[in-house]
Amino acid sequence: MRSWPSLLGDGSVQRTDRAPRRGVAWLVLLAALAVGAAQADGGAAEYPPVRPGRTLAFPVDGGAHPDYRTEWWYVTGWLEDTGGQARGFQITFFRVRTRLGEDNPSRFAPRQLVLAHAALADPREGRLLHAERAARAMQPLAGFDETHTRVWVDDWSLHWEGDHYRARVEAEDFAFELRFEPRGEPMLNGERGFSQKAPDPRHASYYYSRPQLAASGSVRLRGATHEVRGHAWLDHEWSSEIMPDGARGWDWVGINLHDGGALMAFRMRDDDGQALWAGGSVRDADGLLRTLAVDEVRFTPLRRWRSPRTGTDYPVEWTLEVGSAAGPRSLRIIPLFDDQELVSRRSTGAVYWEGAVRVLEAGREIGRGYLEMTGYGERLKM
Amino acid sequence: MKAVLRHVFLGSLRRRPLGTLLSLLAVALGVALGLAVHLIHDAALDEFSRGLRLLSGEADLQILGPRGGFDDALYVELLGRAEVAEASPVLEVQARLPGREATLRVLGVDVFRLPAVQPGLLPLADEGGGALAALAPQRIFLSAAAANALGVRAGDELVVQSGVAEHALIVSGALPAAGHGQQLAVMDIAAAQQLFGRMGLLTRIDLRLAQGVGAEQARRVLAGMLPPGLSVLTPDAALGQAAGLSRAYRVNLGMLAAIALLTGGFLVFSTQLLSVVRRRQTFAFLRALGLERRSLRAALLAEGAVLGLLGGLGGVLLGHVLTALAFRLIGADLGAGYFDGVQPSLQFKPWLVLGYAMLGVAAGLAGSWVPARDAAMLQPAQALRAASDDAGLAVRPRWWATLCCLLGAAVLCTAPPLGGVPVAGYAAIACLLAAGVLALPGATGIAARVLALRASPVWRLARARLGGAPGQTVVAGAAVVASVALASSMAIMVSSFRLSLDDWLSRMLPADLYLQASSSGASGYLDADVPARVAALPGVAAVEPIRAEQLRLSDARPPVTLLARAIRQAGDLPLVEGRIDGMAGQDLPPAWISEAVADLFALRSGDELELPLQGRAYRFRVAGIWRDYARQHGAVALDLAQYRALTGDLRTNDLAISLRAGADPAAVTRALHQALGERTIRVAGAGEIRALSLRIFDRSFLVTYLMEAVAVAIGLFGIATSFAALASARRREFGMLRHLGLTRGEIGRLLALEGALAAAVGVAVGLLAGAAVAWVLVEVVNRQSFHWSMDMSLPVGGLAVFAGALVGLAALAARLAGAHAMRQSAVRAVREDW
Repeated sequence: MRSWPSLLGDGSVQRTDRAPRRGVAWLVLLAALAVGAAQADGGAAEYPPVRPGRTLAFPVDGGAHPDYRTEWWYVTGWLEDTGGQARGFQITFFRVRTRLGEDNPSRFAPRQLVLAHAALADPREGRLLHAERAARAMQPLAGFDETHTRVWVDDWSLHWEGDHYRARVEAEDFAFELRFEPRGEPMLNGERGFSQKAPDPRHASYYYSRPQLAASGSVRLRGATHEVRGHAWLDHEWSSEIMPDGARGWDWVGINLHDGGALMAFRMRDDDGQALWAGGSVRDADGLLRTLAVDEVRFTPLRRWRSPRTGTDYPVEWTLEVGSAAGPRSLRIIPLFDDQELVSRRSTGAVYWEGAVRVLEAGREIGRGYLEMTGYGERLKM
Repeated sequence: MKAVLRHVFLGSLRRRPLGTLLSLLAVALGVALGLAVHLIHDAALDEFSRGLRLLSGEADLQILGPRGGFDDALYVELLGRAEVAEASPVLEVQARLPGREATLRVLGVDVFRLPAVQPGLLPLADEGGGALAALAPQRIFLSAAAANALGVRAGDELVVQSGVAEHALIVSGALPAAGHGQQLAVMDIAAAQQLFGRMGLLTRIDLRLAQGVGAEQARRVLAGMLPPGLSVLTPDAALGQAAGLSRAYRVNLGMLAAIALLTGGFLVFSTQLLSVVRRRQTFAFLRALGLERRSLRAALLAEGAVLGLLGGLGGVLLGHVLTALAFRLIGADLGAGYFDGVQPSLQFKPWLVLGYAMLGVAAGLAGSWVPARDAAMLQPAQALRAASDDAGLAVRPRWWATLCCLLGAAVLCTAPPLGGVPVAGYAAIACLLAAGVLALPGATGIAARVLALRASPVWRLARARLGGAPGQTVVAGAAVVASVALASSMAIMVSSFRLSLDDWLSRMLPADLYLQASSSGASGYLDADVPARVAALPGVAAVEPIRAEQLRLSDARPPVTLLARAIRQAGDLPLVEGRIDGMAGQDLPPAWISEAVADLFALRSGDELELPLQGRAYRFRVAGIWRDYARQHGAVALDLAQYRALTGDLRTNDLAISLRAGADPAAVTRALHQALGERTIRVAGAGEIRALSLRIFDRSFLVTYLMEAVAVAIGLFGIATSFAALASARRREFGMLRHLGLTRGEIGRLLALEGALAAAVGVAVGLLAGAAVAWVLVEVVNRQSFHWSMDMSLPVGGLAVFAGALVGLAALAARLAGAHAMRQSAVRAVREDW
């Protein structure tokens, strides 16, 4: 469960403020994407439904599934430079099937869109640096591969090279050139990769994670290049229908535990902030996977932070209770720094919080990862 | 004393209301015309430039193709280059809107590429537009001006035409950053390619360069890799080109305004001259009372300045009204088609207004300069004694000066245009007018000698008067010379143009009926199968397809038109040079270029010419030069079969249809509509097109007819004021003549005859000068401004009637002007002096 719908908005966003400015304008479009089913372009095939029982095979399922409506590859993690400075980062590639122009032989036919988003969380900046790219899939400028993980837009890319991933991001303020080496097999979330998002099983995705990626490479930040190492987490998810009616947003964490294990947990919230649905996966250092049932995940807010930009209140510290064989574990989640709000869509009002967090158990740090919270601001409607 | 002075000077303006009013009017007209031309073109150019800037956005370079487009693979290739940071592809189509007169400029864009390059074109979807409105094929986004002009709102359907098919689009939002004066629409580029039958084609790509890459350096590099027929320009260069397009047209209109202003100045001159003559004794009295020479002069100049200022202010007002009317009624380009799709608004520009008001003052000052000088020179003692008829303007033949002016004109005619404007041509016209005016005294003398045959006393008196040629007669004559020269030159030029156009139209339109899906610049076209289908209709004897495309021959010039039609035998093109038949044995295929191409690209028959056809360069031999009044930027004609063999392009823009003998054009037209669509094709008879073209021609020259009328009125007014001035000075003479036995009627006849003679000489000289000016207009000004030739033709009958009428009117004007002076008794008139 990642921030695709949050990036794309969850309300009926068509009309925005009167003068779209460069940079934010395409996000306006993105915000619009999430609304309902895209208008079918006469005879275009339906989006296939997501059903349990599909066996995920690798590396093929690491590639794109262009028949489905949306798909994303989402890398988050912590990096430390040679001076010991810790930073969070996030690189996301989205693929969207629009069901538009499917009968149009033009090279510009907008059948598939590739969107990308990247952010760098440096405590000394005190806020996120972020950038985005968007294009219609069009060889060789933007596209994806269906046989293995490979997705790119302009000079941004994420690529599986047989035994590791490579990611490249070039933005104005920052750049990433990173290599991620996986440890162990992909972690299949939910029911062997079938991840239900709401009480109605129609709202589901195919979803696997690659936790405990050994990250290395370089980060350019405002002109200075840093050699970095760290741990990262990759999510790959595709679906045709995720957000149920009545859902307002969700909370999600993906944590690389220091003992070599991994923890993923999410919940879908309604307008009152109550959980509509929840789920998760816990894998121990030996690779033993435990799928968390809907009643085995509980998020409880501890401390709120109010964004000076948008006035939105975010619970930036949490108590997360997850089930385990030995009974419920109580974890505490605290952010690398408070202001990890994404404000790229000032014009749409759609803002969310996505940032690097530490996880404590009994006062001791047991892991680091990423927390994502959407739907805390105003509902997207213009 | 001050009050008295004010009474004598400024008050005099009120005492001769007609003269004052006419002067005011002429100055106001000149100022108004000049200001309106200036305002209209400033506003149109501003808005047009804004449109260009909107389109080029933040681009460092733009790659422009012809209207027909170029392969969109270039876009991919460019984005792969190190120099290029961002690129935004555009497919521009002038969409024909079935059932409407106007076309709509539709830009097919990639919304993902707009923010970085052309943020001004970003569409904003309205509510209900759906999730992916900006990418949806049936959605279109209109600028406020376009929505307004078409009367549609979000959610409405807008039908556009492609080929002969209609497609309904949904107006789904606006272009909030497009500004208020731009009429354009945006839709998804893939949808535009598919909808308008332009698969795989773009018309422009706007580039942002990588950091540290210079625009000029990148321009040179990219120019080397572009396929032929594409231009790569910096946005500034493109802006400069746009301004250059209409320059000649603007200058020509400005010249008309300048002539109006000049006539205004002349009117001020002749009324001031008259009023100075009338006030001689007053001035002499004032001078005797101690008014200084300088003050008298200043006061008279002030009169002129006040007149000019009032005229200038009126003109400024009128100019704004004219501008607003022009915007509302005929559009920003005064109907010339330079600025389609812009909707400028009237702007108040204080400095411009001040400048033009000052021009009025200048005209007033210039007009009263000579009269003021003369008044200041007069000897009080002498002037007090009598209303002498010494008018102060000594006149003698000036043949040398005349000759110099003529020589000057001849030399100027050989000079090339300056920045596309025939500056030397205008100077030559000024020289010719000056030569005409300078030749007048001599011509008057000759006329007086020639006329010394008849013996009636009145005739002899009039002839003697003419021979004596006092200053005012010559001034009146000069006005006639100038106005006749202007009016007749215009008449000759327009008549030459009209006859040449008529002839050209009949040669360009040999068939009976013409069929098109839209003008060749718009989105309608006929598919390859249409000619055969039309040929099979009953009543149709033959069809000839005509294909019109655009070619970019140079980065520095607007595209020229490529015209592919059957060119097989002499007479298929209105050639002015070269030949059509017998081209078979040539080494290269033949191309025929229009005069504009010959001028602008310095080409002659026999030269080699490279044409970029569909991304490939082909070499041709210029086989001839043809006359083209339709495409000012130039046209190249190829034989259709040749064009199709080279390009494989089978589309047709116009279809020339010849009917079988006895076939009913109306029935064939009905059959055509049935076969191809009621709203999507237009069918017109050759005669209809010709009549329409001539109607448009006449309409666009309406303003010149108006100018002619004004010029003639001014000439007549000059005669009237001069004779009024003379008559008041000649009261004594008339009294004497009465004593000698002439009746009042005979004196009237004398005056009329004098007027007629003065006018006749002026008209004769004016016609000669006019013919010369017309020659310059046809051979230099038109040729250099618009690059088209025409056959000179003298509208002899019209000119004769005009000349006769003018002489008659001059006689009448002189007679009426003298009436006042003749009214008093002969005794008093003679006694007045003593």
